Amino acid sequence: MNRLLNWFSQIVSITLFNVRSLPQRIGSSLTAVLGIAGVVAVLVGVLSIAQGILRTMERSVSPDNVVVLRSGATYEMMSGLSGDDARFISEGPGLARDESGPLASPELFVVINLPMRSTGSDANVPLRGVSLIAPDLRSGFRIVEGRMFEPGLNELIVGVGSQREIVGLEVGSTITVAQEEWPIVGAFEAGGGLAESEIWVDAAVLQPAYRRGNSYQVVYAKLKSPDSFQEYKDALTSDPRLNVKPVLEADYYEEQSALLYNLITGLGTLIAVIMSLGAMFGALNTMYTAISSRSREIATLRALGFHASPVVISVLMESLFLALVGGIIGALAAWLVFDGYRAATLNFSSFSQVAFAFDVSPSLLIRGIVFAMVIGLIGGLFPAIRAARQPVATALREL
Amino acid sequence: MNVSKKELVTIHNVDKIFKRGSEEIHVLGGLDLQIPEGEFLALMGPSGSGKSTLLNLIGGLDRPSQGSVIVGGEPIDKLSERKLASWRARHVGLVFQFYNLMPVLTAQKNVELPLLLTGLSRSERRKRSAIALDIVGLSHRKGHYPRTLSGGEQQRVGIARAIVTDPTLLLCDEPTGDLDRKSGDEILDLLQALNKEQGKTIVMVTHDIHAAARASRTLYLNKGKLSTEAEE
Repeated sequence: MNRLLNWFSQIVSITLFNVRSLPQRIGSSLTAVLGIAGVVAVLVGVLSIAQGILRTMERSVSPDNVVVLRSGATYEMMSGLSGDDARFISEGPGLARDESGPLASPELFVVINLPMRSTGSDANVPLRGVSLIAPDLRSGFRIVEGRMFEPGLNELIVGVGSQREIVGLEVGSTITVAQEEWPIVGAFEAGGGLAESEIWVDAAVLQPAYRRGNSYQVVYAKLKSPDSFQEYKDALTSDPRLNVKPVLEADYYEEQSALLYNLITGLGTLIAVIMSLGAMFGALNTMYTAISSRSREIATLRALGFHASPVVISVLMESLFLALVGGIIGALAAWLVFDGYRAATLNFSSFSQVAFAFDVSPSLLIRGIVFAMVIGLIGGLFPAIRAARQPVATALREL
Repeated sequence: MNVSKKELVTIHNVDKIFKRGSEEIHVLGGLDLQIPEGEFLALMGPSGSGKSTLLNLIGGLDRPSQGSVIVGGEPIDKLSERKLASWRARHVGLVFQFYNLMPVLTAQKNVELPLLLTGLSRSERRKRSAIALDIVGLSHRKGHYPRTLSGGEQQRVGIARAIVTDPTLLLCDEPTGDLDRKSGDEILDLLQALNKEQGKTIVMVTHDIHAAARASRTLYLNKGKLSTEAEE
């Protein structure tokens, strides 16, 4: 017990000298801290994009919503449903109803080209033909400006996300759809979800404009409860008139966002790992400098009878301390700069723009700081071992 | 040789070889030395003759390539690194040419440093470091940092640090080598007093004949061998 206490007090006292002598090495210490901060800021920044997209997708999800596509289709663009299909799907068992019938919205999904605010280049903007039930199937739907479109008229309402990213989507203006000018009569929110990136119009108007006859691509519907899903799915898949695939909305969006999420997370991590190599050398260099500038002090301590392990640990502690400071600075910078920053990107799964906000979540901040500590640990380990291995008699003679 | 006193240090047939690349440098060869308790021994010799190497072997800072080093009955060349460090903390006080004080610590904290290895309470450590500083006559400078002390004062702090644990053996490597004559004399007075009044066994490496004259015995090291007379 006494020995352990003694050992511990050796670590504390050596670490204290190290930290107290930091001001003498401010230049190289600062370089290491800022290097690590940069890596953490980039890591957290890039991962916050993936996090933001995921959150946008998650916000669109309601646990009792179901999405029905043609069998074999993984996204709306690939799917096709006849008017009859849509009717049978809407009448399946287990769906919630209101006075006008089942809560099911057969929808049409096309992509139009409109210029982005940020670059001026054309982007694929989703234009969705919906029924009047559609707002009930998107949580948080709310007209924030103007009004809902009139059924049967070529009136558009635009999501606030698309309004932010795309030029010319102000309420009152018109855009060209199928060689005609269609007026924008309203703008809507959808709880920060995916629908906010879209433009909506009456499906019955969009069908002839795009020569789709009486066909749709997808049916969104609300179940009585999430438990009704199996019953509904069994009924649809066993119906000989139908060749469709019902999936829970949560699963659908998870699949939709997986490609983009994994791509961004993978790329972000790769960039951060490559950068961290640089930062690691910075930390290594700093700690080697720190140790060589104090090799006589360290040798003196060892000559006085301090053991090697407290020397190793105290060098590591200093390195970890610098990494922690760098990690916190980097994470804070990422949070200040990126959190809530709005942007849009192409969702490869739907070939259309998705508007989202960078999301610097607490777990990302922690991940960034942990990453910094790993850099600090590796950057401090080799110099620490070298400090401990240096023969005392030789080090004492060095000036 | 005085046989009535107990031998504190016994060095028997010690070789020390340093390797530089493929080259072997024989610094000490077949060296024998006895140091009785309470002796003030001066080691002289030209640069590179192995004086500091011998001092490091006695202090357990280095190991012989061959032969044995026994201090206070303990064969220290057989101890593990860890045990050797603990042994140094208990039995050896070191005084360096360039003082080797910690620049971030005050004089008092520097003196207290070796006591951190003893498990003494904080107040006991303070008390002992105050006594040590008093012995070297620097009580009034205890709150000063090394950079604000003169060379002579820094070396006195170094001596206080060396004696604070009441070690068996005091090893001084050119303790006056960096000091002017007056400060050097004060340091030598101090070492002599520690030897005479407190019975400390002291081994001092020096280039300075004037310093060696203060010791009770002087040995000369040349080409790895000890003799009682300097070789021309």
